Amino acid sequence: MQPIHLGPIDGAILLIYFAFVLGIGFVLKRHMRTSTDFFLSGRLIPAWVAGLAFLSANLGAQEVIGMAASGAKYGIMTSHFYWVGAIPAMVFVAVFMMPFYYGSKARSVPEYLKLRFDEKTRALNALTFAAMTIFSSGISMYAMALLLNLLLGWDFSLSIWLSAIIVLLYISLGGLTSAIYNEVMQFFLIVAGFAPLVFLGLRDVGGWSGLQTRLAAVSTAHGFAPGAFTHSWKFMGSAADNPMGVQWFAMLMGLGFVLSFGYWCTDFLVMQRAMAAESMSAARRTPLVAAVPKMFFPFLVILPGMIAIALTQQHGASGFSLPAKPDGSPNYDLVIPMMLGHYFPPGMLGLGLTALMASFMSGMAGNVTAFNTVWTYDIYQAYLRPRASDSALLWMGRAATVVGIAVSVAAAYFAAHFNNIMDLLQLVFAFVNAPLFATFLLGMFWRRATGHGAFLGLISGILAAAFHHGLTQPHGAITLAKGGWLGHVLHVYPSEMAQNFWTAIFAWTTCFVVTILISLVTRQQKSDDQLRGLVSSLTPRTTEEDVAWYKRPAALGAFVLFLALILNIIFW
Amino acid sequence: MKVFDLRFPLGWLFAVLGLLLVLAGLRATPTADARSLGININLIWGVVMIAFAIVCLWLARREARRRDSNVTRNE
Repeated sequence: MQPIHLGPIDGAILLIYFAFVLGIGFVLKRHMRTSTDFFLSGRLIPAWVAGLAFLSANLGAQEVIGMAASGAKYGIMTSHFYWVGAIPAMVFVAVFMMPFYYGSKARSVPEYLKLRFDEKTRALNALTFAAMTIFSSGISMYAMALLLNLLLGWDFSLSIWLSAIIVLLYISLGGLTSAIYNEVMQFFLIVAGFAPLVFLGLRDVGGWSGLQTRLAAVSTAHGFAPGAFTHSWKFMGSAADNPMGVQWFAMLMGLGFVLSFGYWCTDFLVMQRAMAAESMSAARRTPLVAAVPKMFFPFLVILPGMIAIALTQQHGASGFSLPAKPDGSPNYDLVIPMMLGHYFPPGMLGLGLTALMASFMSGMAGNVTAFNTVWTYDIYQAYLRPRASDSALLWMGRAATVVGIAVSVAAAYFAAHFNNIMDLLQLVFAFVNAPLFATFLLGMFWRRATGHGAFLGLISGILAAAFHHGLTQPHGAITLAKGGWLGHVLHVYPSEMAQNFWTAIFAWTTCFVVTILISLVTRQQKSDDQLRGLVSSLTPRTTEEDVAWYKRPAALGAFVLFLALILNIIFW
Repeated sequence: MKVFDLRFPLGWLFAVLGLLLVLAGLRATPTADARSLGININLIWGVVMIAFAIVCLWLARREARRRDSNVTRNE
């Protein structure tokens, strides 16, 4: 494909954005006096800022590019990642789990595990988490460099090093506050850059009804009922009837319960934003503030994919079609950039590209800030230099930022082998995160759960995930990276997505059962006094009497769930 | 120590970018508009972004003033 030509105004918009990003870092530098300032923003962030950052930190390459790609591949069903997945999990963490995270005064999620269980459980979580964040940040960079190369003809290495250096500067200067502030700016930029794109695209296909008609043709061409791309629930009775190849139970349990709760309720990348909130009440509102815009994001990131595939189906009659990959299939990852180039004149094009760059960089920044905190508090201070002074920790945080980014650059070069970023990330999350939610659930709501139980439960959960993946395959798999690497395939799933959801279900169940069994036969090492504030039954209920009723988590949570329910019904 | 209000940089960024888009929109040629389905998207969206910027800056200033007056009253 022909690289898109950028006008001077597009370059100017991009440069102005970079200047603001770095400017925020420089101004914040003088506020970074202690390690708490650097890693937890001094616990001074208001709820609306923490909430938008909570949403935005997760809005990296995998979200924007991956969701648009999935929208083109699977249609409106992709919105289950939001309406069944993210939203209920965000309400749950706000209402039920935040009192223990924030109330325990733990500085990180692994530190909570140490307080609640023991040292080895924390070490396992800290090490896997550190590895995973670096990996994700590398993927984010890789995706960006690849896109910019295809789209603008920029050099792959140049894009990687440029974004790495900008992120490095603003985080090592301004720490978590800098990352959070930039994430919120990025949120508004993404909305500003993509909303007009969706408007133009939708107008071009003739509105929602026009889109339905055209996607009916796509649907039948794939051998499904005409409405399979535009209904989220109607065709979930059997895995064979919908493009995702997932049946409703796997969707509700695998994605809705295990994967989403595993991510939104335990991942320190997002939880760090809530832990930085200015009060318990603000921390509990953080995920709820995030949930409201989150549930409308399908219209910004999934709809473009559906529009793109509908237009491509007409064989370029409208002048738009997705470029093909070398093997002849459409290159779904190019949905957003191709549409930007197709609909936006110079000016808006610059804004759209800036939104894209912003999302890549803050995806990276989110990972890097989570990494430097876990490294410094949970690995360096915990095992290497327990008596490190606060200024040594602050120094280490900056050093970890440099090392973390250097390793993610290496990971970016390494990540080049996989085509659908989303599926790969889901796979990694399924192995590491899926069992984790069972550990937190038991840890927070069952005081009898022991350290040995939690540790062995986690290990067996991760192993169960690996075995399940090794013994099954998605339909049409050609590489062992997709499963079946144990040499014997017990079951073939209709799609990779279905396989991932079931991997998660097996991992979670194994961890849940093993943790309970081991806990029952081992002694609780922690006294009730040590567990106060960490376990539900030993913690006084947080009262929110001083907060207006509409600001209370339960009321807000109910409102959020009600909105999500309406969306599910509309796009049934 | 309280750091600066995020709405200041946010507002200024959107004001500057909005202004650039409006300028591009005013100089738009029919061929550029043809791309965006005959709509002068630069002009319209530039104005929207400037309006957003004004709201942001206004809210941030209002709060800064309120905080200042609280400080003087306490002294």
